[in-house]
Amino acid sequence: MIELAETVTSGAPPDLTAKRSWRSVKSATMTGLMVAAVFVVALPLVAVVWSVLGRGLAVAFRGFPDFFIQEIPSVARRAGPGMGPAILGTLLVTGAATLIAVPLGVLGAVYLHEYGVGNRFSRLVRFMATVMTGVPSIVMGLFIYVVWTLRFGYSAFGGSLALACLMLPVVIGATEQMLKLVPHHLREASYALGTSKSRTILTVVLPAALPGIVSGSLLAVARAAGETAPLLFAVGAATEYNPHLFEEANTALSIQIFGNATSSFVAAQDRAWGAALTLVLLTFLITLVARVFTARIASRR
Amino acid sequence: MHTEDRIERHGRPQRAPAGAKSIEVTAPLASGRPEGAVVFELTDLEVYYGAFRAVSRVTMKIFKNEITAFIGPSGCGKTTVLRSFNRMHDVTPGARVAGGLRYRGTELYGPNVSATEVRRRIGMVFQKPNPFPKSIYDNVAFGPRSNGVQSREDLDVIVEKSLRSAALWEEVKDRLKASALGLSGGQQQRLCIARTIAVGPEVVLMDEPCSALDPIATARIEDLMRELKSTFTIVIVTHNMQQAARVSDRTAFFTTDVDAKSERRTGTLVEYDVTTKIFSNPGDERTENYITGRFG
Repeated sequence: MIELAETVTSGAPPDLTAKRSWRSVKSATMTGLMVAAVFVVALPLVAVVWSVLGRGLAVAFRGFPDFFIQEIPSVARRAGPGMGPAILGTLLVTGAATLIAVPLGVLGAVYLHEYGVGNRFSRLVRFMATVMTGVPSIVMGLFIYVVWTLRFGYSAFGGSLALACLMLPVVIGATEQMLKLVPHHLREASYALGTSKSRTILTVVLPAALPGIVSGSLLAVARAAGETAPLLFAVGAATEYNPHLFEEANTALSIQIFGNATSSFVAAQDRAWGAALTLVLLTFLITLVARVFTARIASRR
Repeated sequence: MHTEDRIERHGRPQRAPAGAKSIEVTAPLASGRPEGAVVFELTDLEVYYGAFRAVSRVTMKIFKNEITAFIGPSGCGKTTVLRSFNRMHDVTPGARVAGGLRYRGTELYGPNVSATEVRRRIGMVFQKPNPFPKSIYDNVAFGPRSNGVQSREDLDVIVEKSLRSAALWEEVKDRLKASALGLSGGQQQRLCIARTIAVGPEVVLMDEPCSALDPIATARIEDLMRELKSTFTIVIVTHNMQQAARVSDRTAFFTTDVDAKSERRTGTLVEYDVTTKIFSNPGDERTENYITGRFG
């Protein structure tokens, strides 16, 4: 034993240095390619944020909070703030769309996943929801234009209807996925206590799925807030505040971005950049609020 | 020490189990035990999953205020039979129960029988502790609340009583508002028992309630079962033969029958008797082989 130990310690130190081999060359190449891919993907995002911040910050925050409060100049070539009516319009349109699409979507998903499993009606509904996801937003706008706007005229609500149609399949899909993730043993535990199915869904399944439902719905809201095409048909492009949901032409940030950016006047183009930044901030803010909300629910368990 | 002692003492199944002493006092017969009121009466009970027959022709009676243990190798249908007692198969798509299953004289699968009503009277504790992601208090109050108890004072009384019955009150009384998921595995399982008791059931079904627990937590649950026996009728599925010998009054041994032609595997009841008899002098060779460890 002692002899053996001596030979081990007395021998030359082992050579543990890395040797260049084909394997290490391959590894380095692939790592390099992946890093490059990350940059390629991140570049557009960084560029967008950079240009929106770079050209929008000065416009939006000069004489703060003028830009966020004042009415839109009715003459496009006049320089100066604001985007107030568009902010209010976006909040109105998106808010009403959320109030329509989220309850309907959640209830629909509950039906599909809990009650209509495998029956013909639920298969039809799911198929339609999938088709609706694929409908281009401008077609949805056209549809609302025909069935609503032509009859009742421009209003924020028309835009809400169009956005709700776009959000509905997203909310249904997200909620159904979340319901699927609720562990089966929680339902069983509830049933075993003599709890009815409806009560089990209300008190066990939906609370367990709530964080996922909120973030899924939020994704839909954030996407809808930036939609332009369906709103062009239904909302109009007012320049003054219009707090009424059902009456008169309204406006929205996305509409103002479109209108002002395609204008030939520098003042209008500047306002478009400011509106773009405002929209990015607004979406970010909504996301943040919902994240905090869901985190608080999750931590209460 | 106490726990280890008991496990050691009943390590060999041939020895008399814990319930034996009381049996000797009350029953003069060698293998007998006075039969109390019948809680469940099974006649040719069969359970199907789709076209597959999982359990065939089980006929037995389960008696009031006793602990009845179901033992047998995996896939022999013991859990399947247990789950038919409170109609948990209703939730599984394709599952179907045939044959007679009477609960205190009423056909459980008869017309106009509500599964919800059945489960209020026949509670179930599962293999894996499955508390709701809610507070300890809300977990125990869940059942009474869904059965219409609303007043805060009533709920407080029920929660405390149930937690005391489940021997958990002293450990959690200062943190009833804390999440149930923060408890240890053994505590969670006792919480699940408290949650089941809170509904005020007549029968408590336990599906391998200790298989996820260490020996000390297991001993606590077993002590609890012996205490609860005076109030409830308990049916327990277990893979642990020592556990069956320690806690149960009667034992049913299930096994798997393989059809020679189709190679279909079906669970069957081999033998059902007083626990002391099953473990000391079984009537069927298959039971003896199983409990002496020659197979399964």
